[in-house]
Amino acid sequence: MSGTYLGMPAFPRAAATATRDTRLRANLTHATRTIRDKRAKAVAELDDWAELRAAGAAVKDRTLRHLDHYLEQLEAAVTAAGGQVHWALDADEANRIVTRLVRETGETEVVKVKSMATQEIGLNEALARAGIRAYETDLAELIVQLGHDRPSHILVPAIHRNRAEIRDIFRREMASWGRPAPEGLTDSPAELAEAARLHLREKFLSAKVGISGANFMVAETGTLVVVESEGNGRMCLTLPETLISVVGIEKVVPEWQDLEIFLQLLPRSSTAERMNPYTSTWTGTTDGDGPQTFHLVLLDNGRTDTLADTVGRQALRCIRCSACLNVCPVYERAGGHAYGSPYPGPIGAILTPQLRGLAGPLEESLPYASSLCGACYEVCPVAIDIPEVLVHLRERVVQGGPVTLGGTRTVLQPAKGHAAERAAMRAAGWAFDHPGALRTGMRLAARTRRLHPRRLPGPGRVWSRTRDLPEVPAESFRDWWQRTRGTSSGRGTWAEPGTSSEPGTSSEQRGDAK
Amino acid sequence: MSSRDLVLARVRQALADVPGGEGPGDGGTGGQGSAGPPVVRDYHRVHGSRTQAQTVDLLAENLADYRAIVHRTDAEGLPGLIGRLLAERGARSVLVPPGLDASWTTGADVTLVEDRVSSTARELDRVDSVLTGCAVAVAETGTLILDAGPGQGRRRITLVPDHHLCVVRVPDQVVGSVPEALPRVAPDRPLTWISGPSATSDIELDRVEGVHGPRTLEVILLSAAQRAD
Ligand code: SF4
Repeated sequence: MSGTYLGMPAFPRAAATATRDTRLRANLTHATRTIRDKRAKAVAELDDWAELRAAGAAVKDRTLRHLDHYLEQLEAAVTAAGGQVHWALDADEANRIVTRLVRETGETEVVKVKSMATQEIGLNEALARAGIRAYETDLAELIVQLGHDRPSHILVPAIHRNRAEIRDIFRREMASWGRPAPEGLTDSPAELAEAARLHLREKFLSAKVGISGANFMVAETGTLVVVESEGNGRMCLTLPETLISVVGIEKVVPEWQDLEIFLQLLPRSSTAERMNPYTSTWTGTTDGDGPQTFHLVLLDNGRTDTLADTVGRQALRCIRCSACLNVCPVYERAGGHAYGSPYPGPIGAILTPQLRGLAGPLEESLPYASSLCGACYEVCPVAIDIPEVLVHLRERVVQGGPVTLGGTRTVLQPAKGHAAERAAMRAAGWAFDHPGALRTGMRLAARTRRLHPRRLPGPGRVWSRTRDLPEVPAESFRDWWQRTRGTSSGRGTWAEPGTSSEPGTSSEQRGDAK
Repeated sequence: MSSRDLVLARVRQALADVPGGEGPGDGGTGGQGSAGPPVVRDYHRVHGSRTQAQTVDLLAENLADYRAIVHRTDAEGLPGLIGRLLAERGARSVLVPPGLDASWTTGADVTLVEDRVSSTARELDRVDSVLTGCAVAVAETGTLILDAGPGQGRRRITLVPDHHLCVVRVPDQVVGSVPEALPRVAPDRPLTWISGPSATSDIELDRVEGVHGPRTLEVILLSAAQRAD
């Protein structure tokens, strides 16, 4: 993945720093609670939500099981409609392709629609090295870019910034990127948005190259779909002469009709709206309307490795709605930066280690960045069982096992000298220092328990029998806490396997595993 | 091997667990093992049952809920209404797509600017308002769908000016739901779905209308002419 996040400390350390930042926590708490409540209302409006969710998951699963077929179909349809399709195995190759395509236009500036895929590959930095300036045009991305910052939320990347900070960033930085902030700019959201409008309009009206991602690609028709609110997407997709879209191979859906599912699931899950203000679809190029040159760069970058893992594969269903972030007690405390990749929160905790192949301390610690309360699974519009994948990845970290890395099947060794367990313990230690996160997690867990079977998947069952990690609620977390920590004031200690004397879920769990 | 072939080869290798007999279109029955994941479309085509008039009312309600300004009139009242709305905004120039019904603008005292392939984005930026029709409107979500048809023009014209006036013929251009809308538009045309004016919630999740697209969206629900009886 991108160089942007290399050198990030492992999750527990980054999270510990973040939780000490009271302003960050106040911003995050306000934002996630607001959006969480709104989402619940928007979802409750549809009495067939469960059916839509099941259909969304099924369409994505079907697609993933025949991804080669749908990618070839997509390529043929895009090409027939006048587009050019490129394939990139990894971030470097994708960056090289995009850089070359921009150079061929003779331009040195591009306007960008917010896109997770281009953040993942570090495209802006790669373009900068080639002397090409990329302007982010989504308001939040603009705030992040001007603030020399990193995004911390999938949907609202500047969620960690409040209005006063944004005003300061605009006043300080806008002039060096183009039109300066208006005189006497206050911190009212309307004025800040207006400042961004004026600042960026110059770019939109003169840009010759636009770069985007896509929310969906329809194999049957070759259509790409971008869902947005501000109209910056429409600007970038419509006004430039050349459009380059960088899209992960998992974003394909089979048929036009499938959009009826996702265009209902996505807006309500992400912004809690019945429909987002703008949705753009295009199929290749259209004479006299919009860009006359269209390039689609299909990105692997660890996705085929993820696809090879039959438990972890479901992470590729993700439609990046961010609902799981907003309900996650750990995310709310730790903030998005702690996850060390453009994908924060529960989805980041399972996607990043898979895309990067459990390659280092950060990736090894991410599967522990969770209380396994199950709230993320409950809100996920495509029913990704994030707790199941987390437990599966914990097992990989601790016990090793078969994985695919760079397309090659291999056997991952258990981390040497119990490094993995140390990573896990650090994560656990972090959680113990932040009992608020745990309490929230437990409350949610209690509420969702009925909905969420506690049995761990296949090999995880064996593993949980012998390794009773604190976050695995083989017994209720509260019981475990009382038993191991209730009277002690020291750091959390490792619970020895099989020491619970309590009946109930814990012994059922073990009974299952035998 | 090209990267294309490598990616496809990796995909195929990754899918070694998928039974060879399972085709991409299989699985509708949801049977054992090799059938693959069934896609059951047992969600609603439309939510609830409504008369045509109620569907139009719901459209108006949801449009207004997302801060579009909604007006109603019939063919006879349309030119006057359009003239009045443009005058109230002080609009002096109005972009019109080539195929727009010429009678719509007869009551407006404004300069009509026709969009041409050669007009630049800067020229469009100097125009006060844009007037278009639409292809389909979705009641449940309060969405207008433009498909670049004759009365709608290129995508950019409803994007650059700050004021968009959109005429929807009711009830024939109104559908209830997203599943009812998709079959009515052609995927090979560029589509723009519009639900309220441009908006952002990026600053402390406060919704602000109008960042980069039109800050004001006015929708005219145009009913068939009243019969004199
Ligand atoms: S994992 Fe599910 S809830 Fe989280 S962002 Fe992806 S689709 Fe949304």
